[in-house]
Amino acid sequence: MSADVSPPTPRPKATGLHKPDASGEIRPGIAKVDPIIVIDGVRRVFGGLTAVDVEHLEIPRNAITALIGPNGAGKTTLFNLLTGFDKPNAGTWSFDGTSLSGIPAYKTARMGQVRTFQLTKSLGLLTVLENMKLGAPHQSGERIWAGILPFLWRKQEEGIEEKARGLLARFKLDAKEDDFAASLSGGQRKLLEMARALMSDPTLVMLDEPMAGVNPALTQSLLDHILDLKDLGMTVVFVEHDMHMVRHIADWVVVMAEGKVVAEGPPDAVMKQQAVIDAYLGAHQDVDLGVVTGRYEGEMTAEAQELIETANELSEAIEADAEAHGDEPEQTRPEQARPEQTEGEK
Amino acid sequence: MDFVQILSNTLAQILAPTTLGFVLAAIGLSVHFGFAGLLNMGVAGFMAIGAYGFAISILSFGVSWPLAVLIGLVAAVLFALVMGIPTLRLRGDYLAIVTIAAAEVVRLLFLTSAFRNQTGSADGLSGFQAGFRASNPLPPGKWGFGPWTYQSDQWWVIIVGTITIAIALVVVWMLMRSPWGRVIRGIREDEDAVRSLGKNVYAFKMQALIVGGVIIAAGGIITAMGTNVNPNVYVTSQTFYVWTALLLGGAATIFGPVLGAILFWMVRAFLSSLLPALVKIGWLPFLSAEQSQMLVFVLVGVALMLLVIFRPQGLLGSKKELTFVR
Repeated sequence: MSADVSPPTPRPKATGLHKPDASGEIRPGIAKVDPIIVIDGVRRVFGGLTAVDVEHLEIPRNAITALIGPNGAGKTTLFNLLTGFDKPNAGTWSFDGTSLSGIPAYKTARMGQVRTFQLTKSLGLLTVLENMKLGAPHQSGERIWAGILPFLWRKQEEGIEEKARGLLARFKLDAKEDDFAASLSGGQRKLLEMARALMSDPTLVMLDEPMAGVNPALTQSLLDHILDLKDLGMTVVFVEHDMHMVRHIADWVVVMAEGKVVAEGPPDAVMKQQAVIDAYLGAHQDVDLGVVTGRYEGEMTAEAQELIETANELSEAIEADAEAHGDEPEQTRPEQARPEQTEGEK
Repeated sequence: MDFVQILSNTLAQILAPTTLGFVLAAIGLSVHFGFAGLLNMGVAGFMAIGAYGFAISILSFGVSWPLAVLIGLVAAVLFALVMGIPTLRLRGDYLAIVTIAAAEVVRLLFLTSAFRNQTGSADGLSGFQAGFRASNPLPPGKWGFGPWTYQSDQWWVIIVGTITIAIALVVVWMLMRSPWGRVIRGIREDEDAVRSLGKNVYAFKMQALIVGGVIIAAGGIITAMGTNVNPNVYVTSQTFYVWTALLLGGAATIFGPVLGAILFWMVRAFLSSLLPALVKIGWLPFLSAEQSQMLVFVLVGVALMLLVIFRPQGLLGSKKELTFVR
């Protein structure tokens, strides 16, 4: 990007999404003014493990909701349940007032609820343009008998192509339209997947880790695209691990841990809650790891000092333990005291 | 060694009814595997259903041959439905297992003596071509040019077979360039992605299984028109020959299966003539003439391996695709 490009104008966040109750606090499962998704008692059990157990959750309409939580918190499973890719053991949920229990995935997509995947699913041996065209709904040429008779679908196809080209231009993929999707980079595939989802003019876009594995420059443009979706009147739900990102673009944050919703609220308020810090952010979320590990000169905050002390205590304890057992003292590095960094989860 | 005779045998194979039936089977399999990604290991089953459906309709029920063709094709649709309903919701490998088993079940049903009156058991069926031959508008006698000199009846099979192949090619080509074909190819790449875009993947896969199955059954019918029907033809190795032909030509191409099937039969005919001839003149002293026939299949197997390793996209497949083969 050249230097004379002005930074994007900050866009106001949606506020007043929930109905304040008597206590004034925002409890998990609080009612929203205008919910698009209402979840009631959804439970999904894998063998002995309860992956998702959400008592009540409402997703606000025309807002950007972030779903955060540690690995294994059930975020992706909840995504799969909501989009019909998985069936819950119990519970009901509705989208736009229509109950979605037992509705297969392709029908939920037709209702205007599209999703992307954590592991990007671009269709490798189809060209970028074909990928896009596949996203268009209600294609008459997709009926097998009509398929053999091009005059029945040619006109619609032209419209779809025009729309696809428009979207590709918006996502800066227009130069790639004749390339196989397999030839795109990881970040470009993320863009393609998002653009493809938009071909159906959805009302709700569900993005599963849209930023995972994307370089910072592309992240910026992805963020803008997500904010654009809201301006276009869509509702966005996304799973993300990068807290800065969540703070920047989310209007509402839902925190999950061990399958349950442990907190929700506007981003700044939520991230101050003890439950969220314990479950997900970790006590040392603001500490610069570069400073702690001594690889980077920087301000040694009180928190960083504390972290180093903990790390030292830990390594001393390990050494003492090893000596007591007569074993070779294992070399300990400060990295071992790093707070859990969460990357992709399955 | 009579080289002219060997060459003539090889070239004559191009228009043999078996080759034409094989071409159709390979086209059908290209719809299944090349375009939709369905692992159909029951090609022989579909061919048998078509051939027996055609023959039994004529012999046991005395219907006219066009109606018998239709019955053979409808039987293939039913066979596809029976296999597809339980397996197409599952992962692709299950279809492979079920199809290979179903094809064997079909073959054994035709082989068992319980239905001897209808299926002819191990003897197979013959004498059902009378109606088809009666409809032959060509002048009687043996005519043609060079190695392609056939009886009038055989020419009639060749003409009907070639027209069927042309129709199948046009239909597959039209389908694959339509939005329907786009969804089908999308399913080959990633089912869940296509599902998330609001397409009923199950229905599309079922349609692809039926379309391909009907084309394969048509191949069985064309073969039956030229020769007799015998259960020993529709064995599992027949399925693998069709796979070899398809992979040789290029799975996800329109003309690949045609080229592959013709080449496969030509090479097979060439080697079947050449190797015994070489044994006869003592160039292969370690083999008997009978063993040399087996060596043909060994060489076919080696060719298939080399093909998959060094040219997985087939002769007509685009090189661009090869770059991204996972």
